Amino acid sequence: MNASQIRELFPILHQEVNGHPLVYLDSAATSQKPRAVIEAVKQYYEKDNSNVHRGVHTLGSRATEAYEGAREKVGKFINANSPQEIIFTRGTTTAINLVATSYARSVCREGDEIVLTPMEHHSNLIPWQQVAKATGATLKYIPLQEDGSILLEDVEHVITDRTKMVSIVYVSNVLGVINPVKQIAEIAHRHGAKILLDGAQSTPHMKIDVQDLDCDFYCLSGHKMCGPTGVGALYGKKALLEQMEPIEYGGEMIDHVDLYESTWKELPWKFEAGTPIIANAVGLGAAIDFLEEIGMDEIFKHDKAITDYAVDRLSRIEDLTIFGPLQNRAGLITFTLGDVHPHDIATVLDSVGIAIRAGHHCCQPLMRWLKVSSTARASFYLYNTEEDIDRLVKALYKTKEYFSHGIG
Amino acid sequence: MELDDLYRRVIMDHYKTPRNKGAFPEGAVTVELNNPTCGDRISLQLMIENDMVTNAKFSGEGCSISMASASMMTDAVKGKKFDEALELAQSFSALMKGEPVEFEYEDIEALSGVNKFPARIKCATLGWNALRKGIESRK
Repeated sequence: MNASQIRELFPILHQEVNGHPLVYLDSAATSQKPRAVIEAVKQYYEKDNSNVHRGVHTLGSRATEAYEGAREKVGKFINANSPQEIIFTRGTTTAINLVATSYARSVCREGDEIVLTPMEHHSNLIPWQQVAKATGATLKYIPLQEDGSILLEDVEHVITDRTKMVSIVYVSNVLGVINPVKQIAEIAHRHGAKILLDGAQSTPHMKIDVQDLDCDFYCLSGHKMCGPTGVGALYGKKALLEQMEPIEYGGEMIDHVDLYESTWKELPWKFEAGTPIIANAVGLGAAIDFLEEIGMDEIFKHDKAITDYAVDRLSRIEDLTIFGPLQNRAGLITFTLGDVHPHDIATVLDSVGIAIRAGHHCCQPLMRWLKVSSTARASFYLYNTEEDIDRLVKALYKTKEYFSHGIG
Repeated sequence: MELDDLYRRVIMDHYKTPRNKGAFPEGAVTVELNNPTCGDRISLQLMIENDMVTNAKFSGEGCSISMASASMMTDAVKGKKFDEALELAQSFSALMKGEPVEFEYEDIEALSGVNKFPARIKCATLGWNALRKGIESRK
């Protein structure tokens, strides 16, 4: 299937915005949803809706089957050893917070180290700052090369025997760089540290194999990979999840409750207090079916080709600066255009129906490292075509023209 | 949606040649404000004598709308008593809501188009919020 055929499967893309056909270039913020996902959620509510793991009735069984079926799909999609290693969360942010709060706070002591990079999203930064404050552990950063990439020899240098936790983004939401996470995991393990991978931007674009990467934790967001908002997942190695305490308590997660003491269910349910995110998990399952039918290798190839095409076309625009390495990137381009502020770029683009993101992209430390206060970002997915890029380029020329001459 | 409704000539003039850009050597009330959703920031300085803003300067980083709005605000607020300055800020809020408001400092009226671009209202109000904060800290 080519991108034009895939586009047909996304109802939202067929509309005009400000009198122009919509060009959606903000998939790194959230992807659009194919009809199959929207239908799956609708079907669930129209036919199967019920609470899970409790009703003896037929709808209760169907809902439980659909929810646990979605868990199995997520597990297989990232090649987890077992669905018990998949915890449904609200998204990547909640998944990282769960590991930071439950695992890291219990293992980190004063003098221990937590290793990050300056390119982390606020959601993979602040939870660790809070762990450091609570435990006396120290935060250390793997330095970035001039183009924003990471050198393994720097990683070797920063990770030491005092490192308890390494938490790093697989694909940067600003630089687009694909980090060498498998090698970093190997280095972390050699020092007895655990590693968490922020997979919010990688999971939509490439085949993920958590066993091959040998990461201890992997976090993903459903809404960036054609699924609904409000659902994501934490993968953790079973032995680690088993030793971790829940951070939320309540219904669904208990085994036996007494007036003074209670015990927890086994994995994965001990981490899922309250009525879970049933309908959206079903939607995420449908998104995975959808992506797998097209094929993650195909999607990676397409996204790479469209990104390469965009890098080529955008770099021909005078005064346009692209951030991050030009090679080895996935699905997005962050840029500035002369002295036109990114907000103004985004407004001009919106006036011709093109949606991009402008701002700091939840990466304030990285913005300071890049010595900019904000940037514009165009991000691509399986439904974007070369024509979309051509429209973007044309609109960027219009932006330049408008801000140098055209104010009426 | 017409771009020219937003980017009026007078706005671009304030953006490209901002009035009152800079800082006072001493004696000013300083307010720093960020727009945490986009990274814009402003540092506003007010010279104050007897419940009156006698002079104002600003510096910062931001888009055309936020910087032009701050430029106009610093011009408009000079010589205004606290109550008058707060009233001016109130009128600006009304302008952002799309209400027809007239200003003694007419350039401000050019920002009325921002109302049609809801995502940009926060840009236009950044400097005015700093003004409110500065006066309230001294009231």
